[in-house]
Amino acid sequence: MEAEVKTTQGAIVSVENPEITAPADWQPVIIGILCNWCSYAGSDLTGTSRIQYPPNIRIIRVPCSSRVDPWFIIKSLQATADGVLISGCHPGDCHYISGNYYARRRFLVTKKLLNFVGYHENRVQFSWVSAAEGPKFAKVVAKVTEDIKKLGPLHRYKKENF
Amino acid sequence: MARVGVFTCFCGANIADFIDVPQVVEATKKIKGVKVSAEYKYMCSDPGQQMIRDAIIQNRLTSVVVAACSPRMHEKTFRKALSDAGLNPYMLEVANIREHSSWVHQKDKKAATEKASDLIRMAVAKSIANEQLHEISVPVTKRALVIGGGIAGIQAALDIADARIPVTLIERSPSIGGRMAQLDETFPTLDCSQCILTPKMVDVASHPYIELIPYSEVIELDGYVGNYKAKIRKKASYVNFSTCTGCGACTQKCPVKVSNEFNMGIDKRKAIYTPFPQAVPNKPVIDAEHCTMLLKGKCGICAKVCEKGSIDFKMVDEVIEREVGAVVVATGYDLWDPKPYEEYGVGRYKDIITSLEFERMVSASGPTNGLPLRPSDGKVPKNVVFIKCIGSRDEAKGIEYCSKICCMYTAKHAILLHHKVHDSHAYIFYMDIRAAGKGYEEFVKRAQVETAATYLRGRVSKIYKKGDKLIVRGEDAQLGQVVEVVADLVVLATAVIPYKENPPLARLLGISYDKYGYMSEAHPKLRPVETAKAGIFLAGCTQAPKDIPDTVAQASACAAKVCGLFSGDTMKKDPMISTINTENCTGCQNCVTVCPYQAIVTEEIPLGHGSKEMRIVAKINEGVCQGCGSCVAICRSMSINLAGFTDPQIINEIVSI
Repeated sequence: MEAEVKTTQGAIVSVENPEITAPADWQPVIIGILCNWCSYAGSDLTGTSRIQYPPNIRIIRVPCSSRVDPWFIIKSLQATADGVLISGCHPGDCHYISGNYYARRRFLVTKKLLNFVGYHENRVQFSWVSAAEGPKFAKVVAKVTEDIKKLGPLHRYKKENF
Repeated sequence: MARVGVFTCFCGANIADFIDVPQVVEATKKIKGVKVSAEYKYMCSDPGQQMIRDAIIQNRLTSVVVAACSPRMHEKTFRKALSDAGLNPYMLEVANIREHSSWVHQKDKKAATEKASDLIRMAVAKSIANEQLHEISVPVTKRALVIGGGIAGIQAALDIADARIPVTLIERSPSIGGRMAQLDETFPTLDCSQCILTPKMVDVASHPYIELIPYSEVIELDGYVGNYKAKIRKKASYVNFSTCTGCGACTQKCPVKVSNEFNMGIDKRKAIYTPFPQAVPNKPVIDAEHCTMLLKGKCGICAKVCEKGSIDFKMVDEVIEREVGAVVVATGYDLWDPKPYEEYGVGRYKDIITSLEFERMVSASGPTNGLPLRPSDGKVPKNVVFIKCIGSRDEAKGIEYCSKICCMYTAKHAILLHHKVHDSHAYIFYMDIRAAGKGYEEFVKRAQVETAATYLRGRVSKIYKKGDKLIVRGEDAQLGQVVEVVADLVVLATAVIPYKENPPLARLLGISYDKYGYMSEAHPKLRPVETAKAGIFLAGCTQAPKDIPDTVAQASACAAKVCGLFSGDTMKKDPMISTINTENCTGCQNCVTVCPYQAIVTEEIPLGHGSKEMRIVAKINEGVCQGCGSCVAICRSMSINLAGFTDPQIINEIVSI
């Protein structure tokens, strides 16, 4: 399901809650939780290769995508983030043998729960980025940022945030 | 009360050009808990580290945040600085403002600065929740496993064994030697490949510290650095090596003839065979795919002629286990199949061969006794066209990268052709001549001047047949003309590609590989022989295309790494592993199920203080735990935490943005 940007009187409106709006120059905050061995290394490669991507993402390093507790995702959305990106090694390439399979299952359940309670499905996204895929990481971030921008803010506009 | 020191690095211009560092430093000072916020041009340099050490002592800092490059780069450097100043090294957090901000947001200084401040705030918040950790000592099994018996594996095995460390060398084919055994002479000195390789092969077989297991492959690798457990499948050879004398009677009498892969299919071998005369071990094996006795139960001539009774048709694959502390992967390379070059008539014209086929023909021990012959009529060719970059540097049909060795071996082939057929002439179509290496450029000059090979810069567009000749139509870009060369034989310098079984092997070993199938090194410049998995190293073309000197150098580097790893009886291990709070643990054992390393077991503890009733709780085996954190996320009672990545640390990061 692709979301359309909703605006009222020049302000961007959240798809989940029409009461939450932000000014037109609003920039979403995205939390990226990346596994150390593939995606974090891949994001480092993006940097080393000087590939540019939108500056909205804030990256948190964890050893493996299986370390990502659904709590982290919920807490991110609750606290500050307008979107969350989880990224791990490609299936079969997990540094810890099978961690990313657990992550994938856990993530699907979490996502269903979040959809059930009313979050748009693009709020939280999952991807596989290997240590050699610098350009892919930039693409993933660009796509996620674009998706979240369409969904509008998740938190009430606070002046001090701008 | 936390007292955090934040040290922001300019990284020369790498950070300072794209991030307003003074503004970041000012913003950082306002963060709760920050005692010191300083900046320096190069934090990783000695004065930079001294600055951190001094600040820790003067301000009695409880944790340190360094805002610089990726923690994957300098985390260890700064941890050392912390411990030198008397602070626990694990009280360090690194805010990655170079790879994650200055380098990727070069067009938006404001956003990059803001992001850098955010990243530092997250790191400060995390560092406040950091706990003091101490390295763990684990015992080391001093034995190395070398996978692959080509020149890379041989060199690595010999160097490790010379340091009196036992080595298990496994090789998938019946003999060690690999690709180098197939070569005739080697550039840039033209010394005979066999003459320099076979003594090393014999050394491997006779070395007291090397256990050679030919005709085998690794099927499982469990454990962790210093304590791996490898399962090796010894393929059934149907020949009892302990009694076989290698007399060769069986190979002479065997009636089944099949294409000889060692000679690139130019001649035939028997169904019971040794790959080549100098094979080590020099014992034959039976090719189960072609032996009529194994397929249909008829024949058995080899068993009849074997005086020692070494043939055993009932032999089955055997799985053996070895405990090893380190693994060297040296699987080698394959050559690209030039079939997509249809306009050249590959597959249609018999007189188009690959370089390795040419190499086998000019080899003194090869199928044509060292004379290049046209496959179509067996005549000696006079005009030979060599075409380079077949598949290499060709995004449309082949692969993007340069195979590195083709320029050199094609020059060698031109020289060898001249040595073997004095009145011949070599034409070489090339894109560029890449001859960087000691004596390499001189060698190419030798081919051009001494051998008078005609180097034509340009691509070949078409090859067609006229009579019994092949007409090679191409471009001479330097003259700007279309040229046609009448050739007796065309030799294609096909690209080097990774060994086809690399991806499944990499998955089995738990290491990563790139999009082509080459195994990935831990760092392209600074850690070229290590993989991301501690204790597994790479040698030779398993990592990237290489010539023999580079392969040998890398193999010796692997050996140095292995010897370094085995220098002590115990090994320091990262303390970032899971810990269990037995007070909370309900004994559900979800963590036992998800642990990929079987590092969690259960134990019984008294139900209460002094109680006789027992309850089950989980227990972590410190030596085995690798710190992935699967168990932490699955734990329902939140009784497990992963040191270094605890829930409070990560939640602190999340809420501080």
